[in-house]
Amino acid sequence: MSGTERAPAFDALRETLPYQPVLLGAIALLAGTALAWAFDATKVPIAAAEEKDMRLTLAQVLPRGFADNDLLRDVVELDGPKGKVTVHLAKHAGMPVGAVFKTAERGYAGDVTVLMAVDARGTVLGVRVLKHTETPGLGDKIETAKSRWIDGFAGKSLADPAPAKWGVNKDGGVFDAFAGATITPRAVVKAVKGGLDFFAAHRSDILGDKP
Amino acid sequence: MNIGGIVRDGLWENNVVFSQMLALCPTMAVTTTGTNALAMGLATTAVLVVSNALVSMIRNVVSSQVRIPVFVVLIATLVTIVDMAMNAWAHELHKILGLFIALIVVNCAILGRAEAFASKNGVAASALDGLATGLGFTLALTVIGLIRELLGSGTLFAQASLLLGPGFAFLEMRVPEYDGALLMILPPGGFAVLGLLLAARRLFETRRETRRQAVPQVPASAPAA
Repeated sequence: MSGTERAPAFDALRETLPYQPVLLGAIALLAGTALAWAFDATKVPIAAAEEKDMRLTLAQVLPRGFADNDLLRDVVELDGPKGKVTVHLAKHAGMPVGAVFKTAERGYAGDVTVLMAVDARGTVLGVRVLKHTETPGLGDKIETAKSRWIDGFAGKSLADPAPAKWGVNKDGGVFDAFAGATITPRAVVKAVKGGLDFFAAHRSDILGDKP
Repeated sequence: MNIGGIVRDGLWENNVVFSQMLALCPTMAVTTTGTNALAMGLATTAVLVVSNALVSMIRNVVSSQVRIPVFVVLIATLVTIVDMAMNAWAHELHKILGLFIALIVVNCAILGRAEAFASKNGVAASALDGLATGLGFTLALTVIGLIRELLGSGTLFAQASLLLGPGFAFLEMRVPEYDGALLMILPPGGFAVLGLLLAARRLFETRRETRRQAVPQVPASAPAA
């Protein structure tokens, strides 16, 4: 690098006050253009990747062949206890047979978000943890990569076990709490119970008619 | 352009983590597995090369008064583009690293190289400096990540095929009958591994220094005596 070839006039101009905002503005304009272009180029692939992701998760909570419709298109928005809930309708031969939706509960370190599928009678078909920030090695047994614990919810409903038994075994409930982390499974149990309560309260809105 | 010097500086002598002790936040946060560490290192390297080259290109236009905001805008733009590109074309990895990619913006090493090197040197030298510094960072992260992963989870390069493609599945190894010491995955493990590595590096450097002094000193000190 050397400053010898540059015109001295430019050196003087570079130090003036008006030059600074113009330079910063030009840089910001270029950066904005680049961002707009990149956003446009990645918009479709990102949406496709997220949709593929959602389909894979939906396929995990629903038994194979349970629904024959596109769950990403058949959605209803309902008011849940913590704001809007997007409910995906599972239909078989045009008849609503179940619903898939997200529910969340506070765990040991932030919210544990689960996706759960419920059939028309309010029985849990499957549950998967979508997002959590629990301690690795202790609380992460709620992930299917670490343990099959989460499968224990399948077949449960508000009546089975009885409401008093909807807790971890440490609290007198029927669900296992793994060693060293009671708060995390407690949060998941509470989230699933909350989801069932939500489904029971909105059953007619979700299914569209009396079962 | 002193190619050897720039490369040695970035990789070892002036290593971002082991020598300058910069960028410790991402270092601690992503080094729970070798794969995460490698991915974070490579993403940072990409940003460093391009940001150094861009800063060098415009170094004569930018006045010293507004250089910091200009560099910040450039780096933030690059990181955002990398973030979107990973989300689009390496979605699985982005789900793991997403939060940390955005944090490359506040990696002081990038602004540091822009300010200390790229704003004073030519485009090619600056790009090389970015590459060397980035690879030095990648090296440090991967070493820490592999040690923590091996001790903490009993695996090596778990899920590497997500990052590098199915052809690299052979990298993924697992220690049989070992579930890992949880502590190494948690933050204290990161500090412990970094501390031990720094001590080892210092020991190595001190030995090298004494050896270097011991050999030529005999003839050099003779006339003085």
